[in-house]
Amino acid sequence: MLTVSGVTCARGGVPVLADVSFSVEAGHALILRGPNGIGKTTLLRTLAGLQPAIEGEVSYPEDEGAYASHADGIKTALTVTENLKFWADVHGATLPGDILETFDLADLKNRMGGTLSAGQKRRLGLARLGVIGRKVLFLDEPTVSLDGFSVRLFASWLQDKHLASGGVAVIATHIDLGIAAPELDLTPFKAAPDAEGGADEAFL
Amino acid sequence: MIALLWRDLRLAIRAGGGFGLGLAFFLIVVVLVPFGVGPETALLSRIAPGILWVASLLAALLSLDRIFALDYEDGSLALLATSPLPMEGVAMTKALAHWITTGLPLTFAAPVLGFLLSLAPEAYFYLLLSLLIGTPALSMIGTFGAALTVGLRRGGLLLSLLVLPLYVPTLIFGAEAVRRGAEGLDPTGALMLMGGITAGCFALLPFATAATLRINLR
Amino acid sequence: MSMWEYANPKKFMGWTRPVLPWTFALAGICLVVGLIWGFFFTPDDFRQGSTVKIIYLHVPSALMAINAWIMMLVASLIWVVRRHHVSALAARAAAPVGVVFTLIALFTGGIWGQPMWGTYWAWDPRLTSFLILFLFYLGYIALWEAIEDPDTAADLTSVLCMVGSVFAILSRYAVLFWNQGLHQGASLSLDKEENISDVFWFPLLVCIAGFVLLFIALVLMRTRTEIRARRMRALEARARRA
Repeated sequence: MLTVSGVTCARGGVPVLADVSFSVEAGHALILRGPNGIGKTTLLRTLAGLQPAIEGEVSYPEDEGAYASHADGIKTALTVTENLKFWADVHGATLPGDILETFDLADLKNRMGGTLSAGQKRRLGLARLGVIGRKVLFLDEPTVSLDGFSVRLFASWLQDKHLASGGVAVIATHIDLGIAAPELDLTPFKAAPDAEGGADEAFL
Repeated sequence: MIALLWRDLRLAIRAGGGFGLGLAFFLIVVVLVPFGVGPETALLSRIAPGILWVASLLAALLSLDRIFALDYEDGSLALLATSPLPMEGVAMTKALAHWITTGLPLTFAAPVLGFLLSLAPEAYFYLLLSLLIGTPALSMIGTFGAALTVGLRRGGLLLSLLVLPLYVPTLIFGAEAVRRGAEGLDPTGALMLMGGITAGCFALLPFATAATLRINLR
Repeated sequence: MSMWEYANPKKFMGWTRPVLPWTFALAGICLVVGLIWGFFFTPDDFRQGSTVKIIYLHVPSALMAINAWIMMLVASLIWVVRRHHVSALAARAAAPVGVVFTLIALFTGGIWGQPMWGTYWAWDPRLTSFLILFLFYLGYIALWEAIEDPDTAADLTSVLCMVGSVFAILSRYAVLFWNQGLHQGASLSLDKEENISDVFWFPLLVCIAGFVLLFIALVLMRTRTEIRARRMRALEARARRA
């Protein structure tokens, strides 16, 4: 469903990862590993189409990609339900009836986004993924500031709802989510210091 | 796009600032002018069209940096970029929301303040009409400027420097229409030209704004 | 070999090095000859007296103020379409030169206006248009300075330059609509009937050639500086990674 072939991506005009290739079948997930600064976020942003790849191709069904990062896009002046409803409307989807329960947000549904704790905000941000109905998820550190219970909540949603219904997920994370998924260490793909394709290349 | 429009309007009302602040600023600028130029009614009446237009332009400028900055910071903009909404649509919706929260209230407040500056009675209709036609262009141009400076930490001042020269044609035609109305001349030409600018801005600037946003999200 | 290869930074540095001194020398010769000819060897105008001689600075600088912006627009388009770094850097290099020409045109205009119209400044359409052009230049330069990433800056300033050009033309017509003005018609046109007489015309042409050459020389020089600065940045970035 998701095929990545020979992708080179750059951060700040400097190539960080070179020639990354992998593919993920429908219903499967892939965990990206690697030390800080290796380029996990850059790769995920490139895959999601937020920045162009210097080289290589990324292919997945059109209009099926979704990106989630530390910035959840939660509006502090909207309630939990309004925040979710907005993203559902933007994607032309309806709010699934059980979404608040799935992410343990039912008690918070009328709270303003601004009054949520960091972990609660994170759960709301992840609940957005359950609302927009996209098949190919690019998740950048989805479990930051979540407690153990919430991590299990998220992992079970990912496994039982998303992947079970034929979705795909590429996840950059440092912890063990407890789902069965192959891991891809990005360290071998680290771009050489003199890798080609950087914005400054013509000047060297 | 309608969902985005509603969200922005709701945020503008709940978060405060947007609505009231622009209007209050408009009022203060208009009130300060007589202190500067003297209370002579004939003079005020003569310069009223220009003052009202310049003041509404500055008031519209005040809230421009909020158009994209908040969405950029909390990540909404990147999420919108990966959503089915085209960026051009996002740009246009943002401009529309800005107009409804700034331009529209200014348009209806202007005649009241025209009274303070003893604007000629014949000019009120044209003041209302010219602001109604012209302020959407101000919002759209401002949205473009906001997109240019969205990635900058202190873009506010730069935003004014970029946007104000772009406001010149709209200001000239707007103030000219009111002045001609006040002097009993025919303001149709100025109004038509301003309408042309507004239509042109909405036809072309969303593309420039969307391109700018994509560059800034990279 | 395609002409675009000359836009490669290294090639550009190579061919501009020998060209640059000659351009400066030619510009200098043209300016010295044109200005001396214009100032000392032309008759006074029967109406304007000797004040007419400021034309040899005013008209060429006004012309170049506009041409510099047009050159920036073309360079921006080339950057957007073909992504030649030198093109973007040349646009950046031209902006301050354009500002200076605009200022020269405004100041010499004021000095000329005082004896002719009895005022240094009037809100005449041409004068006002130049003032607006000056503001556009300032915004453009400020945007370049404000953005850290060089490619993002090049992209955003290109968009601004294109949108700004449309609005600059709009402003020009809006200002005409607003005030009919004092300024005389164009001093130069291909239509010979309205032109100034040959006595003034030939030294003026030499001065214009001088200003054009000076502009080219300054832009080449500044582009070379920009390329060096960018190269330093690139080398530093590579050193940090290694």
